[in-house]
Amino acid sequence: MNDPGTSFIKKGDELRSEELIVNMGPQHPSTHGVLYLELRLDGETVVDCRVHIGYLHRSCEKIAENRTYTQFIPFTDRLDYIASMNNNLGYVLAVEKLLNLQVNDRVHYVRTIIAELNRIGSHLIGIGTFAQDLGAYATPMFYCFRDREIIVQLFDELCGGRLTYNYMRIGGVQTELPPHADKIIKDFIKYERAKLKEYNELLTYNAIFLARTKKIGILKPEVAINYSVTGPMLRASGVKWDLRKDEPYMIYDRFKFDVPVGKNGDSWDRFKVRLDEISESLKIVEQAIGGLPAGNAVSKINKVYKAPPGEAYLRTENPKGELGFYLVSDGGLKPYRNKIRSPSFSNIAVLPELIRGLNVSDAVCVLGSTDVVMGEIDR
Amino acid sequence: MEQTQILQILNEKFPGSVVEEQPKAIVIKGESFLGIANLLKGSDLDFANLHCVTAVDRRDKIEVVYHFYTFKHKFMLTLKVFLAMNDLNIESLANLWKSANWLERETYDLFGVKFLNHPDLRRILNPDEWTDYPLRKDFDRPDFYRLPQSEGLKAGG
Repeated sequence: MNDPGTSFIKKGDELRSEELIVNMGPQHPSTHGVLYLELRLDGETVVDCRVHIGYLHRSCEKIAENRTYTQFIPFTDRLDYIASMNNNLGYVLAVEKLLNLQVNDRVHYVRTIIAELNRIGSHLIGIGTFAQDLGAYATPMFYCFRDREIIVQLFDELCGGRLTYNYMRIGGVQTELPPHADKIIKDFIKYERAKLKEYNELLTYNAIFLARTKKIGILKPEVAINYSVTGPMLRASGVKWDLRKDEPYMIYDRFKFDVPVGKNGDSWDRFKVRLDEISESLKIVEQAIGGLPAGNAVSKINKVYKAPPGEAYLRTENPKGELGFYLVSDGGLKPYRNKIRSPSFSNIAVLPELIRGLNVSDAVCVLGSTDVVMGEIDR
Repeated sequence: MEQTQILQILNEKFPGSVVEEQPKAIVIKGESFLGIANLLKGSDLDFANLHCVTAVDRRDKIEVVYHFYTFKHKFMLTLKVFLAMNDLNIESLANLWKSANWLERETYDLFGVKFLNHPDLRRILNPDEWTDYPLRKDFDRPDFYRLPQSEGLKAGG
């Protein structure tokens, strides 16, 4: 450029860049399912982004209107298929609220143990795939899947499923915990606590990992609330809000645990909040298994029942955020309307705000840090 | 905070806007909806979070259901607006709460409720060529579908 004689570019002419539209997805390894991002790029910088969803739409809400309340439980497995137990729980709690049904203490304890174990499993997948997205090829993911395997095998013994459990029932659960579950869970708590230290050494304070995630995709708390972002994503932005703590449902008010929050709301914070939540969930499981009352947790209510006319809205703290079920009953066997307010739906809607101005590679990092599940977004 | 408190405030500030009080919801008129929404967000009530927007088809009318949440008072308010089947128009809240953008698109997609002044009212779950509103009670489920030839998504539109 300095010497006009040796360059093709004449003085005064400047290099211009043109905007380019890149389609990321629907089939893309780092979109966590069939998500289609339409990226408008200037060079390598994302100028704008449009999120297209709906590729996994199975009309769960329409199906719900043609099934009895119990028959819909297996469908909730397929919403957030990584945390099926939590979906089951959210749904049965909503139906119990509609029916005004009380359950005994043992049911609460068993449900809490199972739901928190599934939360750990979900967060393990979240951090494992996040590291995979960043290029930490296979190792962190395999480590996480190794740990999750213990939980999955326990669930397999419990209800015969490794992914879709269909375990919670209205008024109880499907089967009792196996007799050796106590030992398995206690061993797992001990094992996982040691492994969490390992993950901190391997990933959390790794220089390359920090360089890839710190100050990438910053979500401000007021933006998060305005977009109705919930769960670890909201807490990573510094909002100390957890339904289990702030509006306790079931028996969460009986347990001592902290709500981890982030400082900056960047990708690293979102990762760290998930990692910290695993150890908090371990605390809850430990207290719940210690105080597990005797009794029978298996549901004993009738197979066929009618719900009184009315409506119920209940939200629970899922691993991804707040899952809400809005049930409307007209007094029949089936719900008149069942709206599923899924956390990932609102969490992914904020994505364009996060990745504007970043590189494409960082867009992948931000998407990984949101930890969304498409089954829940499209329903 | 209780629902009756909100009801009192609404009756004071917007007399005649409340149609009905249900055990778990307040039904308001469509005309005063945007004003009430502004009040909920702006005033001391501080409903910072629009948690959920959905609709229920009652055959003769469509109920649009809003769940607002205030972190300050830890209270969830359910507001309903009844829309007659021949006039399914309601003001959009997307300028007040960003979360309304996608939630209203979903309600439009599945029920055909038109949200006025919405920045980007397109179908969200169903294909753009879809013509029906699947969650309506009179929706006919054919055994076989064929969509019209898709023109593809308009690039950068």
